[in-house]
Amino acid sequence: MVELLFGYFAIVIITSALFGVTRKNLVHSLLWILLMFVHLGGLYLLLNAEFLAMVQIIVYAGAILVMFLFVVFLLNLKEETKEPVFIHSWQGRIYGVLILLFFALFGAFTYKKTHTGSFTIELIDKQGHTKTIGTALFNEYLFPFLILGFILLVPLIGVGIVAVRRKANGTS
Amino acid sequence: MIELLIMVIKTTVVFGIVLTHVAYTTYAERKIIGRAQARMGPMEVGPHGLLQPIADFIKIFFKEDIVPINAEKFIFQIAPLIVLIFTMINLTVIPFTSNFILADLNVGLLFILASASVSVYGIILAGWSSNSKYSFLGGLRSASQVLSYEIALGLSLAGVVLAAGSLNLRDIVIAQHNTALGVYAIPQIIGFVVFVIAAFAETNRAPFDLPEAETELVAGYLTEYSAFRYALFFLAEYVAMYIMASLCALCFLGGWTIPKFITDILPFLDKVPGIIWFAIKVYAFIFLYIWVRATFPRYRFDQLLNIGWKVLIPAGLVNLILVAFLKRFM
Repeated sequence: MVELLFGYFAIVIITSALFGVTRKNLVHSLLWILLMFVHLGGLYLLLNAEFLAMVQIIVYAGAILVMFLFVVFLLNLKEETKEPVFIHSWQGRIYGVLILLFFALFGAFTYKKTHTGSFTIELIDKQGHTKTIGTALFNEYLFPFLILGFILLVPLIGVGIVAVRRKANGTS
Repeated sequence: MIELLIMVIKTTVVFGIVLTHVAYTTYAERKIIGRAQARMGPMEVGPHGLLQPIADFIKIFFKEDIVPINAEKFIFQIAPLIVLIFTMINLTVIPFTSNFILADLNVGLLFILASASVSVYGIILAGWSSNSKYSFLGGLRSASQVLSYEIALGLSLAGVVLAAGSLNLRDIVIAQHNTALGVYAIPQIIGFVVFVIAAFAETNRAPFDLPEAETELVAGYLTEYSAFRYALFFLAEYVAMYIMASLCALCFLGGWTIPKFITDILPFLDKVPGIIWFAIKVYAFIFLYIWVRATFPRYRFDQLLNIGWKVLIPAGLVNLILVAFLKRFM
């Protein structure tokens, strides 16, 4: 049953990701990516990571993709690009295939069936996924977490400065 | 097998009850707004117009389903379905009483936020695929409005999660019942107010119904829709109102319980089944929705975004910090 579900999610993720990068209409490709994000959430659910699954949908599907859609609308990219293919040079295609092959092989060779470490499946089962992720994030990984927060703060301030300068120059 | 059958029956019952409620909420809305404006409201169909919603539904399903010639046909047709499905799915995680819940998720609250954030795609896509200026503007407005207010909604609920120590809606109610006041609306009054305002904006209801402001945008993203696809949007909006009302009842008003100090004074109230308390709280919130619609004028769009970003989000943060201090030192 689990294998069947995994197969379904994996196939949908791969096909929708492919459609997402190959559609000419930007809104259509964003929709395929939305489908991919939702199914990625399903994959997390299969791993008993319910918190991660919901956050995946809230953050990626709910916030970031809406922002992309908004940008597409605002820049009025409704006309489809006229070029028949995006990558012209044959070297580029070969590099693309090689990179894909590398990741596929890398994934296949580093695949482990059992996880070793302090966060075992029994521990997560006992105290719940949300609690485990919370305690790990705010005790063991507190410093990286804070740094991430600062990194995210920088573009926020940057956007504010750009907007304020534009207003001051009167070119808003 | 038998469990699956019971599950299907339960789901059907819940959906049936909610859809009946939706039908009669439209009736109640017209009656209450009518009274607020010194009119009678619908009176013709049945006694006091009681059969009016049924007549409306029959009428709307016999109308022609029109797709504009320049519309993106497929997206235009699935947009209302996206909205309705991702709104109805929320009903599965709402605990109606202590032991009636369709799916007892550990992350029920996040589930509701997640499906709310997906259902907004339906509105944006409806606006885009109609290929009409009014629809498109309505869709854009809806996108920025829901994006802004989702943060405020999440912040106000974060206070509740922090106080209860759980994302499970049933645990939140139980934790709430065990506090001295019995409801989170009193110690977290700032969060409660933020939640109520953000809930109005999230469901695109007056005074924040700018995506469908009829004085500027004809009907916003609904302009090109007709017949049952229009009805699906309509249905989704009212179901979303019920979801928000239930969420408010569960997270801030104690769900199916009433505060202990009331049952200490009046012990016979313990005998009342929990579903009645839950229903009373939900109905009160729905009445508030209608009352506000009859009373307040619509905001301008810049005002709406200013309220969201400059008032509600800072207030939500203040509430979160206050709750953290309360939790730590009391």
